[in-house]
Amino acid sequence: MNITIREHSEREHTIDLAVFGEIDVYTAPQLREKLLTLCQGGSHIHLDLAGVDYIDSTGLGVLIGAYKAQKSSGGKLIISGMNSRLARLFRITGLQEIMEFGPDNQEDGKS
Amino acid sequence: MREQPLDLVNLTIPAKPDYVAIARLAVSGIANRMGFSYDDIEDLKLAVSEACTNSVEHAYSGENGEIGLSCNIFENRLEIEVVDQGHSFDASEVESRTGPIQFEISMSLVRERGLGLYLMRSLMDQVDIDGDDGVTVRMTKYIRKNEVGSHVESPASYPTR
Repeated sequence: MNITIREHSEREHTIDLAVFGEIDVYTAPQLREKLLTLCQGGSHIHLDLAGVDYIDSTGLGVLIGAYKAQKSSGGKLIISGMNSRLARLFRITGLQEIMEFGPDNQEDGKS
Repeated sequence: MREQPLDLVNLTIPAKPDYVAIARLAVSGIANRMGFSYDDIEDLKLAVSEACTNSVEHAYSGENGEIGLSCNIFENRLEIEVVDQGHSFDASEVESRTGPIQFEISMSLVRERGLGLYLMRSLMDQVDIDGDDGVTVRMTKYIRKNEVGSHVESPASYPTR
């Protein structure tokens, strides 16, 4: 099981990144490497997770690392496209309160 | 006397990142067959992955080893044991810094491992961690009946005895 990462940069100072697959201990290093390279570029990063149907604490850790790197360099990491499952994990872990999200994330349907 | 499971499924995987998905898939199949709801199956997959990931990353830290996965199938619940023979750790010490990420806490203090344990506790009904000789994680999830919005089409052809 692998992940696919697609990169676009049509807008100025913004990189659009779309991830497809399952983000776990096996695939997270690939995403970490990609994100940390981009974080050094000084652009905002829009991360589209619509193609991600599974993420665990390793994947969340990568997103936390990228968020921190962006914050310290004055850039933004904006996450969009989360399904209700991912939204629930962001709520449980408290990341929902900290990180920045785009408008098209699904509702966290479970209380 | 301890209640005997209806069935027991054992799986041994190498303690390597690429096999964690296999453990997750196996548990997903068993839980689906037992009639767990879609959300509960996803919770089980995540909890098992977190336990296996802990073994891969911390117990063996690069050394070769194995992870034992035992799925004890009961009428009303699934009990899963994840066992490794790697380096033990002080579970209570790790758990003391486990929890949701707080606003006030600096992001630099956020630890992935604490997050994994916290997720297991949040998603399962019961989690016990024994870190004396290798690490054994025992976790239980009950089948919730009459769940509204269940995505399971049929309650599985599981034999009732």
